[in-house]
Amino acid sequence: MSDINVGDRYDLAVVGAGPAGMSAAVTARARGLSVVLLDEQEAVGGQIYRNITRASHRALDVLGPDYASGARIADSFQSSGAVHLTGASVWQVGRDGTINYLRGGKVGSLHATQIVLASGAMERPFPIPGWTLPGVLGAGAAQILLKSADLAPSEPVVLAGCGPLLYLLGWQYLRAGVPIKALIDTTDTTDYVRAAGHLVEALAAWPTLKKGLKLMSALKKGKVPFYRGATNLAVQGTDAATGIRFTAGGKDMHVDSKVILLHQGVVPNTQFTWSLRAKHTWNDVQLCWTPDVDAWGKLDGLPNIYVAGDGMGIGGALAAALQGQLSGLEVAAVAGKIDAGARDSAAAPLRAELSKQLRIRPFLDVLYRPKDANRMPADAVTVCRCEEVTAGDIRGYVALGCSGPNQTKSFGRCGMGPCQGRLCGLTVTEVIAQARGVSPSEVGYYRIRPPIKPVTLGELANEA
Amino acid sequence: MASVTPDLNKRDADVIVIGGGLHGMSSAFHLARRGKRVIVLEADYCGRHASGVNAGGVRTLGRDLAEIPLSLASRDIWHELGELLGDNAEFTPSGQLLVAENEKDIVTINKRVALLESHGFTHEKIIDGKTARELVPTIAPHVCGGIWVKDDGHALPYRAVTAFRLAAQRMGVAVHETTPAQRLDWRDGRWHVTTPRGTFSAEHVVNNAGAWAAEFAAQVGDPVPLEIGGLMLMITYRLPPFVKPVLGAAGRPLSFKQFANGTVLIGGGLRCPVDVIGRHGEVDFIRLASSAQTVTDLFPHLRELPVNRAWAGVEAFMPDNIPVIGPSLSSPNIVHAFGFSAHGFELGPIVGRIVSELVCDGTTAHPIAPFSAGRFRPAPAADVLDVQAPFSIPTGVPR
Repeated sequence: MSDINVGDRYDLAVVGAGPAGMSAAVTARARGLSVVLLDEQEAVGGQIYRNITRASHRALDVLGPDYASGARIADSFQSSGAVHLTGASVWQVGRDGTINYLRGGKVGSLHATQIVLASGAMERPFPIPGWTLPGVLGAGAAQILLKSADLAPSEPVVLAGCGPLLYLLGWQYLRAGVPIKALIDTTDTTDYVRAAGHLVEALAAWPTLKKGLKLMSALKKGKVPFYRGATNLAVQGTDAATGIRFTAGGKDMHVDSKVILLHQGVVPNTQFTWSLRAKHTWNDVQLCWTPDVDAWGKLDGLPNIYVAGDGMGIGGALAAALQGQLSGLEVAAVAGKIDAGARDSAAAPLRAELSKQLRIRPFLDVLYRPKDANRMPADAVTVCRCEEVTAGDIRGYVALGCSGPNQTKSFGRCGMGPCQGRLCGLTVTEVIAQARGVSPSEVGYYRIRPPIKPVTLGELANEA
Repeated sequence: MASVTPDLNKRDADVIVIGGGLHGMSSAFHLARRGKRVIVLEADYCGRHASGVNAGGVRTLGRDLAEIPLSLASRDIWHELGELLGDNAEFTPSGQLLVAENEKDIVTINKRVALLESHGFTHEKIIDGKTARELVPTIAPHVCGGIWVKDDGHALPYRAVTAFRLAAQRMGVAVHETTPAQRLDWRDGRWHVTTPRGTFSAEHVVNNAGAWAAEFAAQVGDPVPLEIGGLMLMITYRLPPFVKPVLGAAGRPLSFKQFANGTVLIGGGLRCPVDVIGRHGEVDFIRLASSAQTVTDLFPHLRELPVNRAWAGVEAFMPDNIPVIGPSLSSPNIVHAFGFSAHGFELGPIVGRIVSELVCDGTTAHPIAPFSAGRFRPAPAADVLDVQAPFSIPTGVPR
């Protein structure tokens, strides 16, 4: 294994230890490349399999078999011989193959001939009145607490929004004994009608569909109050959330709760690809940006930098693992470890399986398409939480000649706070597009600037 | 003045300004005030590059002798910007302080101020360490003096560009964004400027194209050794107010200020490589690390402060670090103003006025001789000294 670590130079660096990152690393390592994988967490798993190598029996039971299945891929990664830099937060990826990271309070730097970015997905912002109040959390963030710290709310909760993760968390909370005051679903009848057009494709992915139906029926059996087609969502409270108001079935409703968990799907985390100035395309079905990549995940116009997993478009954990393997094969071929024939014959079954995995996506994307009102909110709603910029402020900038997200920074610091635009970027793009009456593609996105993760002046000064 | 709605369909004007940065917008504003019909051609969006992303220092301190008269005149305009434009771009007359950290620095600053005084300039004042600490109580104890300019300050760069743009547009200036000028042709007593969105024409052309100005200067027969460079800055998370003036250091590169919202901006002439085609400056963190070092030396309590963002503006640098301002030496009805070499922000308000005088009156009372594009020409041989340069308009190369 003498070829694993060549100091600070590697054949391949992988960013992110979720299913895509681990699979890419395993695949390339198996072909003899020196591989380093950097991840912020102390253990592998990414978000979907967070803490998988350390999860208690109780946690495995609560979280369910899909989560538990992550152990296999974690095992194969851990025995692959790839170098795993744990607790390493990558704050800059350069086009030249340089990776700058922070680990244990020290800035580190390495160079890789090829890079696979597997930074996964993040929750879509859910800008409604009151979404910035303490007590309001993303369902995904709440699920991370459950996985990483076996932590569930002690208060009864409200789940609101749409998408598989919302129902999954509801199911997991039921198993963990967390009382659910209400599940407020924004999905309405028209969504079901539209989605029905994709049902035949979705049936091909029957196991996935069946799992979803099982979750829903468990929630029903658990007697969770369920509201469909909810509109006019607004979190109540002045200093903290006290409840949520909404309209359902033509009636104005109100549910008291100090914990409101919002979710309307996940979107690719494109911070690295934007910071690399890669080309991105607006996906009008998934309502998000996806980087332009080839069949191996290689970024268009950038040398030897790949994206694998949800970072290239939401496909889920199983698809991510396959995409990671495909990138890993191409990385090995570019490195000269396998020829094109070997690459393609290894890729063929992966591609077949991938297309099977992705067959349910159109159905899910249409069924759980977040509502316009929950993406492009009324004027008074805060869009940029860090700098407290409202949707009305942004519409005002447009009236002054602001044509895209980068100018909103200059007009009112929108998107310039510590979150680096992660929590407002998509909203800003869509609000501007709507105000200008043009497509999001024409409006564009923030230029994302390093450091992608915070580095202090002291840490940086130590490098001088 | 009555508001005029710009006509974006019009293809002809009195003056075409190439470049929608601070200088272009200031030129357009001052020209419109002189009654000219103006079209601005901007390749990207206004203030996209150096003008919109610089450190925002309104600084007369430390300037080249040749620039001092202009910078003092410009600073007067900054102090009245609100009245002039209806928006002061958050100009804050915080003062600027150049700190001396050791005896060597003290010698440097004393020499500097003596030189200025010998030319009759008294705006830069020597102060001792005690006074420096009164101005900035949190500064490290080793600071032993400095140069203080109390009427300097800072403003928000993009706000300044926008303030000039909106004021110019109210006077009828037509601003065409994402409309890069390509070829300049002199025909029938007018300039015809080709762009991907059609050809525009005017009697006069102003070259305010910043990092991309050399191409247009060459097209009109005034080749200049302009170098395109990136200039890096970084900004931190918010912190309670601890420093009012803008700070520089006498012995090492630094520009440092805290904005009203608590964020701290750190720069200081830190160059980095540029992807010219991608119009992008590539941040080099190793060099930024030296800035972080300087800052934490001066303010040890900032070691724990996270950097939020680092970026690089794309800027035009001249070999002698002073701009090109003045009429073309080879072509009629062309005025250049570019190459500000990373310190053009403060000069924006006055240079636009000078440009308007050069266009409207053919002359200006401001001392611009040192900024002639001619300074880069090789000294002519004696036998051609009296020969009038033949009037030639080289054809440009379309991009």
